[in-house]
Amino acid sequence: MTTLTTNAIPPLQLQDITLTSRLVVGTGKYPDYETMETALDASGCSAVTVAVRRERLVDAQGRSILDFIDCDKYIILPNTAGCFTASDAIRVARLGRDILEQLQNAGSSWVKLEVLGDKTTLLPDPVGTLEACQELVADGFSVMCYSSDDPIMATRIRDAGATCVMPAGSPIGTGRGIANPCAIKLCIDLLKKPEHGGDPNYPVIVDAGVGTPSDVTIAMELGADGVLLNTGIAHAQDPIQMARAMRLACDAGYHGFRAGRIPRKLHATASSPWAGIIPGE
Amino acid sequence: MISINGNTQTYKQISVQKLLEELDLASSVCAIEVNNKLVPHKDRGEHIVQDGDSIEIVSLVGGG
Repeated sequence: MTTLTTNAIPPLQLQDITLTSRLVVGTGKYPDYETMETALDASGCSAVTVAVRRERLVDAQGRSILDFIDCDKYIILPNTAGCFTASDAIRVARLGRDILEQLQNAGSSWVKLEVLGDKTTLLPDPVGTLEACQELVADGFSVMCYSSDDPIMATRIRDAGATCVMPAGSPIGTGRGIANPCAIKLCIDLLKKPEHGGDPNYPVIVDAGVGTPSDVTIAMELGADGVLLNTGIAHAQDPIQMARAMRLACDAGYHGFRAGRIPRKLHATASSPWAGIIPGE
Repeated sequence: MISINGNTQTYKQISVQKLLEELDLASSVCAIEVNNKLVPHKDRGEHIVQDGDSIEIVSLVGGG
């Protein structure tokens, strides 16, 4: 049994980078850069995701998003969002790496890989994802790979060399939370449990669909190493307060998983002793 | 004529680095592709833009 003297949660090690927070937070969709900057700080995250685009090198005021992300504080993880083929994702990943190298940021050899299947669901294309993952790994990238919650696909991505698998709780931006907890649990079991061919140290980060703090907690209670989210914070009525709530929820889920929940039972079990009850009249 | 982010413009043969200076982007953190092929930032001074080239200039934006 743990002697609880601190709320400190050990960092998550992903190869050469250390995440001091189990939350990875996206930088899209905030009402403005100032809100984003404060929300990132409130979330406690140490890694943020960004996209690579040809538009909007600066905003109407001549400002870049990089003016609001402290490169000494955050590990910046470029994504391949919006790519529907492996070749496009590889191209975008290389562009992102070139930018991060100029920033001398620890995320320069990393990519959050997304190869999407269609614009309606934004679900990953498994074939394109595997193809891109293999090529990017061969090109020296550390790949954080967005996936569906298919447990077999998760193992295929791991076998393709991904540094971590990121199964979707539900489709991107839906806020539907962990739609299929059993599938996420199976992903975690196959990737992390030795009796199922897994490695306890292999990282699994639940990505996408998170809408509420309780969604984060559920993902962590299932045994995920972390959670990646964006819209749940950025589109909350109060993004900064929601960021703080997500941080606390992540910590709660981390501790809750390790504390070991009681088994679910059909019949009630009294918490107070039967012995010594004053006889009824 | 060259295409920069989909817009056709007229430039004489210049290096990618010089092109960025003329576009007032020399101090911007960005990545450059010429004809769908990355020009690494350290090679910008040597890579000469040719007539007909298609150039993409990208940077980081918010994303999840």
